[in-house]
Amino acid sequence: MCGIVGLYLKKPALESQLGKLFEPMLQAMTDRGPDSAGFAIYGDEVADGWIKLTLQAGETGYPWAALMGDMEARLGCSLDWFQNASAAVLKAHCSEESAREALVELAPDVRIMSAGQSIEILKGMGLPEEISQRFGLAGMKGSHIIGHTRMATESAVTMEGSHPFSTGADLCLVHNGSLSNHFRLRQELKREGITFETDNDTEVAAGYLTWRLRQGDTLAQALDGALEDLDGFFTFAIGTRNGFAVIRDPIACKPAVLAETDDYVAMASEYQALASLPGIDKARVWEPAPATLYVWERESA
Amino acid sequence: MKTIDLSSASVRELNQALHDDVQDREWRVARPDGKHNLAVGINQSVSVEIEGHAGYYCAGMNQKASVTVHGNVGVGVAENMMSGSVRIKGSASQAAGATAHGGLLVIEGDAGARCGISMKGVDIVVGGSIGHMSCFMGQAGRLVVCGDAGDALGDSLYEVRIYVKGSVQSLGSDCVEKDMRAEHLEELKGLLDRAGFDEDPASFKRYGSARQLYNFKVDNASAY
Repeated sequence: MCGIVGLYLKKPALESQLGKLFEPMLQAMTDRGPDSAGFAIYGDEVADGWIKLTLQAGETGYPWAALMGDMEARLGCSLDWFQNASAAVLKAHCSEESAREALVELAPDVRIMSAGQSIEILKGMGLPEEISQRFGLAGMKGSHIIGHTRMATESAVTMEGSHPFSTGADLCLVHNGSLSNHFRLRQELKREGITFETDNDTEVAAGYLTWRLRQGDTLAQALDGALEDLDGFFTFAIGTRNGFAVIRDPIACKPAVLAETDDYVAMASEYQALASLPGIDKARVWEPAPATLYVWERESA
Repeated sequence: MKTIDLSSASVRELNQALHDDVQDREWRVARPDGKHNLAVGINQSVSVEIEGHAGYYCAGMNQKASVTVHGNVGVGVAENMMSGSVRIKGSASQAAGATAHGGLLVIEGDAGARCGISMKGVDIVVGGSIGHMSCFMGQAGRLVVCGDAGDALGDSLYEVRIYVKGSVQSLGSDCVEKDMRAEHLEELKGLLDRAGFDEDPASFKRYGSARQLYNFKVDNASAY
């Protein structure tokens, strides 16, 4: 069992309240996932030509300042960064590839949680309340956010095994359910050049989407493929630079409920997580149909 | 009328109060906010109005009581109901009325997948449509659907009589369309009247078991 929550704001005026609106949603799903939690927040975009990476180090008190100094010297470009608890957000005026190469060389033990122009993925072990306090969720601003509370069934409880998983530039995935063909699919994807860091089944689903998108699929095509190629139970929420998407497997054992008002679209595993949203009593509330893709996106910038 | 506000009272307090020897026959539940297990296991003739959305297993195991939800409900509403009635003004998630033995479940909106799964005598009337695998292994009772039915309706059905007004995406194994005889029209009219739906019984089709899966067929032995 796990919990999924997502919130997409239709009105930019509400963006300063995104974290504050979302924190009680994440915490309401504690019963479904008390062992780890995480979220992917979209906002604070960097300009074209820049890359934003969210990094996590295994140890607390990691010398981020020293690493960023080395990165600036190695990359020879403008660079900005800030620390957030065990994570750091790096913004650099270079390509994603060169930033990744520099990190592998200078800090092979630092993990890249997300990459893009907008996304920041923050996650870790502990109760959702601890995770949201650790990263200061309530004070965060942005256009949309998806989150996950985990009760592990398929693999170890670690920071790396918690959700969301990055699936490419400004893309991420959270999953409620379990996949039964992840072992074989992992082997096939490895042959296609996809790398994995954990034994987690969701990481395989994320790798699958990364692979399909690299082949030139649209998100909708990649998710259509997922319905065919992933065997198991899933409700997925997918974060994109401009919005988010929800899809359930054809059996639809794993729950999902959607709500929409003039101000927002919200998604959760259970209605309880939506009850704290303003105007929810007037919202259109419904259950997404099986094997059907729901997408909300703003016009591309 | 007795009111319990779930923004301050716990679900346990609500259910315990409904299980105690109550003086009040009319109850109102405010601020349900999607909480699970509301008004479960009632065994006396009270009426309960839940003023908002409820979570999982609302009004489960109900006996004698009349429960109305002014909103949507999550998984397993009125599961294993024995008697009484449950009315959902909005829509229900999956497994509505699962394994229920008796009473009447009315869903004014849609019901999700597996509506009436393994139902054992309950009557279920749905104003909207129902999802896939509904009435799977349904043993007894009646299921009425004023909208459409999803995939594999009535799979491995025993003796539930199913009435659907709209389209059926597909019938499950051993579920077949059957003639609508006078007694069925009369039965359906009674159910629609009890649910308060103004529909013409003649516009429905009836589905039931072909009774081909009741016994093991020795000719199929090689398949195992």
